[in-house]
Amino acid sequence: MGYGGAERLTMNMGPQHPSSHGVFRAILTLEGETVVAVDAVIGYLHRCHEKLSETLTYTQYPSIASKTDYVAAMTSELAYVRAAEAIGKIDVPKRAQYLRVIAAELQRVASHCLWLGTWCLDMGGALGGGATVFLYCIREREDVLDLFESLTGARLLYGLHQVGGVRYDIPEGWAKKCRATVDKIDGRIDEFEAMLESNAFFLARTQGVGVASRELAQEVGISGPLLRGSGVNYDIRRAEPYSSYEDFDFKVPVEAAGDCFARYRVRMVEFRESIKIVRQALDGLPAGPISSRPGVKSVGQVRIPKGEAYARVEGARGEVGCYLIADGSAKPYRMKWRGASFSNLAILPHIIPGHKVADVVAIMGSVDPVFGEVDR
Amino acid sequence: MLSAIYYFVVGFIVLNAIIGMVTYVTLLERKFAARMQSRIGPYRVGPHGLLQPIADALKLMMKEDVVPQAADRPVYNLAPLVFLIPCMLIFATLPFAPGLGVADLNIGILFFLAVSSMEIVGLFMAGWGSNNKYALLSVMRAVNQIISYDLPFVFAALVPVVLTGSLRLSDIAAAQPDFWRWFIFYPVLGQLAFIFYIVTTLAAENRVPFDILEAESELIAGFRVEYSGMKFALIQLGEYAHVIGTSFLGALLFLGAWGGPGPASLGPLWFLLKAMAVFLLVTWIRWSFVRIRVDQILAISWKFLLPATLFLLMATAVVVAAKGPMSV
Repeated sequence: MGYGGAERLTMNMGPQHPSSHGVFRAILTLEGETVVAVDAVIGYLHRCHEKLSETLTYTQYPSIASKTDYVAAMTSELAYVRAAEAIGKIDVPKRAQYLRVIAAELQRVASHCLWLGTWCLDMGGALGGGATVFLYCIREREDVLDLFESLTGARLLYGLHQVGGVRYDIPEGWAKKCRATVDKIDGRIDEFEAMLESNAFFLARTQGVGVASRELAQEVGISGPLLRGSGVNYDIRRAEPYSSYEDFDFKVPVEAAGDCFARYRVRMVEFRESIKIVRQALDGLPAGPISSRPGVKSVGQVRIPKGEAYARVEGARGEVGCYLIADGSAKPYRMKWRGASFSNLAILPHIIPGHKVADVVAIMGSVDPVFGEVDR
Repeated sequence: MLSAIYYFVVGFIVLNAIIGMVTYVTLLERKFAARMQSRIGPYRVGPHGLLQPIADALKLMMKEDVVPQAADRPVYNLAPLVFLIPCMLIFATLPFAPGLGVADLNIGILFFLAVSSMEIVGLFMAGWGSNNKYALLSVMRAVNQIISYDLPFVFAALVPVVLTGSLRLSDIAAAQPDFWRWFIFYPVLGQLAFIFYIVTTLAAENRVPFDILEAESELIAGFRVEYSGMKFALIQLGEYAHVIGTSFLGALLFLGAWGGPGPASLGPLWFLLKAMAVFLLVTWIRWSFVRIRVDQILAISWKFLLPATLFLLMATAVVVAAKGPMSV
């Protein structure tokens, strides 16, 4: 990318910037206020996850896997244990599958809460209406985290999933509390929509901004709400059901516009659909064991036979995949993550040029990257 | 000589009152915003956080004053003062009660509007002198925005002037002697002018949704990104003084200034309450909207606000020509 030209200004946005959602560096080339080119620089949060997984056993790593995408920690745990289960052909009891679904969908709600809050923070500023939406959203996310805390004892990195099932059954009274929480959040989503969609300034900032066409979206290989916001009806929960997703009745929202507002709409509908799935799963929660394997007693307890598998789940940000090669020992031979944020980020250089500086943060927020997952 | 001393003393008192008010208005805003966001707000320093502004001021005074190496030092150092002085000067012509003020000029409102738009010089110096790309972008936006919003701001503020037939602020206040004769209740014209006044005030004060120069999510802190310590405090002080000044002006132009029940000595108190009501209205808007983009801001100003306020001013002139100005 040429930085030359007397009329051009090169501006470094990040890696420490209020709207970089972690540590992302965008080298913007500006003509006045208009961005003509953007170079994305990543790698500031690399923690050698894939190498690390070779040194940790199948019982240890799920808790570490949650650190890839720390905003939706349940997702990567699930992808990892599903890959291990696929190689070992390990059954997962129905109750555990339902509990996994509840965890995954609550996690989606929590993650979208944070997305909405931080995105509005990007557009509205820490000293404005954005901060107000942010604090409302954090309030809702905290409620979900309370549920996770009483389920797993942790609020950020859970370690709920294990090969063969889940580690913890829901405690007494949890289902009731969970229902009350999702009912509350359901009502609050109406409030968010009323607050944002009747706001002309919000619409002006999101509609027609950062348009990713259907072709571009498929070319670049984005997934999740971004892909559905560009008019592609694709959801792994529907296309390739796992963990009994075929038992539940839910809609896959699709918007054709491909702009920031379309992505927002997709996620707002997903909020409601996730809540619907949680309710259905709680209603139909079967009795029985929560794991097909005995409880964890030692770290080297789980041995996976030789083989390899790719398992993917629909995370809050898109397809989270884990490619695992097992060699028969208690540790994987090799592991590779397919981070949803990493692939989604690739769309930025295609959709940012031509927009104003202010739109850069709006578009970046609508992509919803988590840099733990980008850099791993 | 005597009058010089008189003005000096009065000016000194008003200046310090304003500075004291600014510190406590920040607390008011923080408490108000906190309530909007289901928070409590400052609570630890003193009862109900009442000493928080003092703690903030002390903190800012003790902070290290960092000057970037590449900065244009004289411009950088002078900018906070150049910014602060017009923001303080706007209080010079503001009467707080009949006869209570520094100078009740016969062109009071003109002085107010002229001086308040001079703050752009300080802003520009701050952004240019910092030698920072974010600051530079911020002042580019500032110049755009302030030029586009000063005209509608002036036109909106001139509606009560035309209705009164005087540029003297105390005359405008005196033309609204009782509740139903406040200019905000003047049929159609008053309400429209008040709405335009509030909108353009938001832009002139650089507050969300028009705070594109500060824009902390894009430009970090805009023109003051390189400022710290007392220089930062001066800029902040100037900004809040400007906000309070325009709130007082709004209360004076539209809400009947110091008129209110009770003896006349309560006048300043009523005036203060009304100004704070205007301030809270602006704050309420600030904490509920997202920021709009620079090109949208310019489009709103030139395509809508400017013609609308101009038309409003002409309509007011026609009404006044037909009915004569309100009796002073």
